[in-house]
Amino acid sequence: MIALSGVSKRYGDAVALEPCDLAVAPGTTAVLIGLSGSGKSTLLKIALGLVTPDTGTVELAGERLEPGRALELRRRAGYLVQGGGLFPHLTAAGNAALMARFLGWDPERVRRRLAELAELARLPAEVLGRYPAQLSGGQAQRVALVRALMLDPDVLLLDEPFGALDPMTRRELQEDLRQAFRRLRKTVLLVTHDLAEAAFFADRVVLLRAGRVLQEGTIDDLVRRPADPFVERFVAAQRSPLQPPPEAR
Amino acid sequence: MTAAALLAGALLWAGPAAPEVRVGSKKFTEGVILGEIVRQAAAAAGARAVHRRELGGTRVLWDALLAGEIDVYAEYTGTLAQEILRLPGADDEALRRALRERGVAMSDPLGFEDTYAIGMREEEAARLGIRRLSDLARHPGLRLGLSHEFMDRRDGWPALRRGYGLDALRVRGLDHDLATRALADGALDATDLYSTDAEIAYYRLRVLEDDRHVFPDYRAVLLWREDLASRAPAVVRALSRLAGRIPVAGMIAMNARAKIDRVPEDEVAADFARRSLGIAAEVRAQGRASRILARTLEHLGLVALSLAAAIAAGVPLGILAERRRRLGQALLAAAGVVQTVPSLALLVLLIPLLGIGARPALAALFLYSLLPILRSTQAGLASIPPELRESAAALGLPPAARLRLVELPMASRSILAGVKTSAVINVGTATLGALIGAGGYGQPILTGIRLDDFGLILEGAVPAALLALAVQGLFDLSERALVPRGLRLPPGG
Repeated sequence: MIALSGVSKRYGDAVALEPCDLAVAPGTTAVLIGLSGSGKSTLLKIALGLVTPDTGTVELAGERLEPGRALELRRRAGYLVQGGGLFPHLTAAGNAALMARFLGWDPERVRRRLAELAELARLPAEVLGRYPAQLSGGQAQRVALVRALMLDPDVLLLDEPFGALDPMTRRELQEDLRQAFRRLRKTVLLVTHDLAEAAFFADRVVLLRAGRVLQEGTIDDLVRRPADPFVERFVAAQRSPLQPPPEAR
Repeated sequence: MTAAALLAGALLWAGPAAPEVRVGSKKFTEGVILGEIVRQAAAAAGARAVHRRELGGTRVLWDALLAGEIDVYAEYTGTLAQEILRLPGADDEALRRALRERGVAMSDPLGFEDTYAIGMREEEAARLGIRRLSDLARHPGLRLGLSHEFMDRRDGWPALRRGYGLDALRVRGLDHDLATRALADGALDATDLYSTDAEIAYYRLRVLEDDRHVFPDYRAVLLWREDLASRAPAVVRALSRLAGRIPVAGMIAMNARAKIDRVPEDEVAADFARRSLGIAAEVRAQGRASRILARTLEHLGLVALSLAAAIAAGVPLGILAERRRRLGQALLAAAGVVQTVPSLALLVLLIPLLGIGARPALAALFLYSLLPILRSTQAGLASIPPELRESAAALGLPPAARLRLVELPMASRSILAGVKTSAVINVGTATLGALIGAGGYGQPILTGIRLDDFGLILEGAVPAALLALAVQGLFDLSERALVPRGLRLPPGG
């Protein structure tokens, strides 16, 4: 469960986020969509306590996010960013197990958990021994997924996780991730600028522009009942020439 | 248990300990010979006597005596009156009184006088018809090279220039021993000499007559701390017995044996002690290998200790500098300013604070090592991509663990490069430690310059260069052990 209410953020005079509310129901996936600079990443970082909002409150994994509790709560949330954000000095396994080892898990438990998640993320065992510099983009992102899932968090926060991948790798990874989220019943908040990706993952979509929520609803609502001329243009701009318009389907 | 306690007690109770007497000497041959004579006389009187040789010039020795770093050294009355006490024209009684106020005792004159003199090559002086110092004013084209100390001392060049009206002469400062060589080779026309210099006869130099009596009287005496009389009365009695025992011809002969015949000062002093004092002093003739080993240990000690301290301070300061930008800039600027202070000046500045020997040398090396380590730590941390820092924070790692598990390992290569730079610089800079009595490879280099002994210079310079290469190699190897493998891989899968 993720719930933000009345959160806002400004940097000096620049408004990054107007006061807004967001709630993701347990076991569902919400997608934040918008152009770059729309405030969607800021919102995600506020949810994780990486950015402190000027106003409002945050609930993460069912608990109120207070400064003293942030570290504890982050361990109950997985975070996945573009490129994976893997530490280059650690092997794939070292990256994935970093937090578990810090928390003092015994090696056998770490090993079992790694094996289980590698299978889920469809990572060959030998890849776990490699360093990030030796991984392909897709492999790096799968390792990052294993890292995010290591402590079995209730919540996953993903910031453009497919950004740097080629289309085929992206498609494959999207399928695998969606399947994993459903199977594990994770509460997911995903940030993207890609409408097709949003449509693929989202139970609910939140469209932001210039720090403001323009529309919230299902992908169908956005496409068929745009609340604002900008939403209409945003949808139209992403319509692929390979696909007929949705009305014709 | 009891046995151990008894043993410890026995070690602590080694009978009434022999008093320790530290003898200092200035960095010229006569000073070293006198220091060695004093050491042998003190040892014969039952003291554990050590000779800290070639510590520096007048100021360094005098400060070291006052600070209690040394107990005794040889000085000259003219230097005392003109330079140290600033009592021009004072007689021996006045000097003694002024010294006593500072807790220092003065022996009766040792017997010889070593005054400043200006010397020229005999044939050149004869060709130009120069016999007296007053003749110099008629030859403004002469090239004068003067030792640094002589240039600066009020009883040196300033007095000479005033007394003989020599403003038109061009002078330049250089090392005393090099100046004598340059004069003999014809690169200079005149230089300052000590009247007991062995080179006067050897190079056939003409000493110009001080016809206006500008130079004061420079009779050699010993100065010691008054507390020596209560700590080591037998030593003070032995030192007093040296009065009047060294005639000028004897001193010139000893200087000649040391500088021209290349007999070690210890041996020259031992021969004197045997003949004139009836002391059979033991001279520990040190073989080249054990000498180099001792210098190596001193040098490594200087480098290793200062480097360890610089790492212990530089890495945390580098972390702080990266965390607090403002403070970081101030820290880097301060460390940068220290770096621009010439090493010799820094060493001399540290003497009043830390005395002579290894301590100021360690402090100076520490200060020089700080900037590369501080900067490389700061730069290494600053180069970590923000998204990786964020990933570490998002995992829920506390800040200290982020630093230890993620940030420092990622910065390790940069930090190690800074440490390596500091280590290599330190190996070179540590040779200057010899100037203030810290020993190391600089010692044979200094002595070699003083004695014009190329072999001795190489004995310091070659090991110093080899050590620098070894340190470099060691760090290249340690990179494999200390920098995580993942950071040494080429990018791309």
